[in-house]
Amino acid sequence: MPEHSPYEPEGVIAPTGAGGATDLAVSEARSLEQVPGGPQDKPRGLWSDAWRDLRRNPVFIISALVILFLIVISVRPSLIASGNPLHCDLAHAQQGSGPGHPFGYDGQGCDVYTRVVHGARTSVTVGVLATLGVAVLGSVLGALAGFFGGIGDAVLSRITDVFFAIPVVLGGLVLLSVITSSTVWPVIGFMVLLGWPQVSRIARGSVITAKQNDYVQAARALGASNSRLLLRHIAPNAVAPVIVVSTIALGTYISLEATLSYLGVGLKPPAVSWGIDISAASPYIRNAPHMLLWPAGALALTVLAFIMLGDAVRDALDPKLR
Amino acid sequence: MARYVVRRLLQMIPVFVGATLLIFLMVNVLGDPVAGLCGDKTCDPATAARLRSEFGLDQPVLRQYLTYMGHVLTGDFGTAFNGEKVIELMGSAFPVTLRLTLVAIVLEVVLGLGLGVLTGLRRGRLLDSAVLLFTLVVIAVPTFVTGLLLQLLLGVEWNWISPSVSPDASFGELLVPGLVLASVSLAYVTRLTRTSLAENRRSDYVRTAIAKGLPRHRVITRHLLRNSLIPVVTFIGTDIGALMGGAIVTERIFNIHGVGYQLYQGILRQNTQTVVGFVTVLVLVFLVANLLVDLLYAVLDPRIRYA
Amino acid sequence: MLLELRDLHVEFRTRDGVAKAVDGVSYGVDAGETLAVLGESGSGKSVTAQAVMGILDSPPGRVTAGEVLFEGRDLLKLKEEERRKIRGAEMAMIFQDALSSLNPVLTVGDQLGEMFVVHRGMSKKDARSKAVELMDRVRIPAARERVRQYPHQFSGGMRQRIMIAMAMALEPKLIIADEPTTALDVTVQAQVMDLLAELQRELHMGLILITHDLGVVADVADKIAVMYAGRTVEKAPVHDLYKSPAHPYTRGLLDSVPRLDQKGRELYAIRGLPPSTTSVPPGCAFHPRCPLAQDVCRTDAPALHRVDEHRVSACHFWRESLDA
Repeated sequence: MPEHSPYEPEGVIAPTGAGGATDLAVSEARSLEQVPGGPQDKPRGLWSDAWRDLRRNPVFIISALVILFLIVISVRPSLIASGNPLHCDLAHAQQGSGPGHPFGYDGQGCDVYTRVVHGARTSVTVGVLATLGVAVLGSVLGALAGFFGGIGDAVLSRITDVFFAIPVVLGGLVLLSVITSSTVWPVIGFMVLLGWPQVSRIARGSVITAKQNDYVQAARALGASNSRLLLRHIAPNAVAPVIVVSTIALGTYISLEATLSYLGVGLKPPAVSWGIDISAASPYIRNAPHMLLWPAGALALTVLAFIMLGDAVRDALDPKLR
Repeated sequence: MARYVVRRLLQMIPVFVGATLLIFLMVNVLGDPVAGLCGDKTCDPATAARLRSEFGLDQPVLRQYLTYMGHVLTGDFGTAFNGEKVIELMGSAFPVTLRLTLVAIVLEVVLGLGLGVLTGLRRGRLLDSAVLLFTLVVIAVPTFVTGLLLQLLLGVEWNWISPSVSPDASFGELLVPGLVLASVSLAYVTRLTRTSLAENRRSDYVRTAIAKGLPRHRVITRHLLRNSLIPVVTFIGTDIGALMGGAIVTERIFNIHGVGYQLYQGILRQNTQTVVGFVTVLVLVFLVANLLVDLLYAVLDPRIRYA
Repeated sequence: MLLELRDLHVEFRTRDGVAKAVDGVSYGVDAGETLAVLGESGSGKSVTAQAVMGILDSPPGRVTAGEVLFEGRDLLKLKEEERRKIRGAEMAMIFQDALSSLNPVLTVGDQLGEMFVVHRGMSKKDARSKAVELMDRVRIPAARERVRQYPHQFSGGMRQRIMIAMAMALEPKLIIADEPTTALDVTVQAQVMDLLAELQRELHMGLILITHDLGVVADVADKIAVMYAGRTVEKAPVHDLYKSPAHPYTRGLLDSVPRLDQKGRELYAIRGLPPSTTSVPPGCAFHPRCPLAQDVCRTDAPALHRVDEHRVSACHFWRESLDA
């Protein structure tokens, strides 16, 4: 990485008292030109401040409601679709919508509505589990590397470089093409394997930044142990960027699962997945576009909800980016 | 500067070895290369054993990797599943994908930068909100869905383009596939440009430029854009490698016989030499592109020094 | 008067409500004269200067009332293009942080020369030699070589000299310097201030020096305007003000300066904090912190009382303040 040349520290220290000069400023940072809001404002923490912003943000509320709905139907798809997604009748193949079958039938004569509703579970499961795996593995490795530095850090950095050099879809094709399992686990495993370096790099960076903070240096000078420093002083300040990246990544994992299923290496039938359905529908796109549009719409809406949620969370946690 | 380049080139070696070894292991250990060699039939044990020893597959994996890389360094990428030389496949596939990538990059620059500048200068207006929402939708809809939909609309319903690209893959034919390939990056470029402009707009040096009495267009082009575009240019630069490797989906949709197509075929038929060969070149492209971007960064921002 | 502000009001619309950043400011400066504008952070002194220059961030900032008379013309009534031609050529501004105020990716020669290219229509080559001349004039050594360097390659003091050179490039009639030495080392401060004062004398410019540094004020200013919570609370010639301030806030400022002849004594500090611009106290804005405050201060905003021919004070008890 390029290194920024250090600016000379000259001029950073404000004169106080010497030479008859007096600094009247109570606090330069609270100068009116930048931050309106005065001394009577109560101090607020990052998290409560973020939560206050989020509650007022319509984008957050809408995307959170969509996600809540998705989670509910993932747990209990029968709430809104009582049919069996694997119950198909070739006699109805490619038919458009009819009574009781608002989205029509797919190429195998399965009810598209039922399959779209049941497909949510796959997407949500893959998204949530892959994100959790990536976040935990990536932040633990990144935080340890950033905190202790040394050879371990150097090795980890090179390993992340290796993973960055391999295009994700390509890695998925190579790795998953040899696995024949219709469960979600190989896909999740692959995503954790290729996703952790992204989080690890961010966690490492924010731990290194947090480590240089004065209060961490002070705690170290007071004899705090490494584990106490890392857990109590550094982690709380390094966790926000990881959360932001993970939330946005969740949407992309869902999208990636569908892409891999479209390429025929993600989930395999009889698994019910939007990606499988879109892939199966693509040859019939001219005659029966509904087979493609419904699962594609559901997929896009889901990914959009998670990305917007991530966007809103980032805005709330990082006011600089507004 | 020269020392920096040398150091970077040296650092590239372990990454290159790591990435190619990883792919080599994934193809060779997880898959069964012999199965691929017999085509669609299953091999009988005697043929399999013969093939194994013929291709050196009975050797330890690391040794196989070293042998393979030794060949690669002398320019021999081996043979593909249909008996063609891999190097010849590359010769036909890479120009196609390069053209596709070029179209995508040009679209990223023209559309992404254009929309980003437009919205960055008009933050909070209707156009800004509309473009922002549009970029979110583009990011949210997976590329293969965007591709299939554009193919349906432009190729089938309206007949503006041919739904699949001919083997020539001329620039004109690659316009829509290039747009599909670029779509997500394009949305990111728009958002990045917009954010960067908005951040720099409030900077002190822009205020100075206004206080100097410069006309608005000069403040924007000479002072604001020059600084705001540095991160955007570096993003686009690093995207070159990602686009070439990510062209698999686009090439499949539009039936383009480029790198992605050959890789897909190679993976389906478990042909180690094709897959590892193409990935090797892709990794090299990625690493070199990143190095060039870092060097370009120093040209754009004089504060950055390489030592 | 070269520049005269009359009852200027500036508001910022923010998420937390309307902030009256400047709430009735009047001051003036003549050619060849130095006016020091004194006040704490947030008193509106920088915003006032930005309104004069016409470089307010708007939105959210907006001039809501008042006049800015420059050589008799009200600048607020001019079209943006006319104001632009005045900026840099007739009046110029020097900012506090020269590092962030100079463009990091352009050479200092480009940034200095730009003034001549834009306002005087000079060729790039002529502008470059003008830039070298300017750098010589502000005593930057090896100007011919350093003109090709970037801002980060200069020291803090040299960078501020470049800012000064840029401001006086077209020999404007008025220069506004917003805390020009605050970000500098103490040893460099005096040199930069001396340079600024020298150039001002030579070119017979009006200088508005925005500062919270009373030491600088005593050395170079002819008169002082003290600001508090967006208003001018006292205006006076510098010696009168130092001798006997006619506003308790000014007195508080003077008393909080450490003095060698009073070594060992506890330093005075004005109690409390300055008010937020979104919730200025009713009546006299200073009353919660004022040692002289009476009931009337809590209800009635004081008018500007004429103390003598040259000075005014916005205090109900300016006489008591003079005597204290």
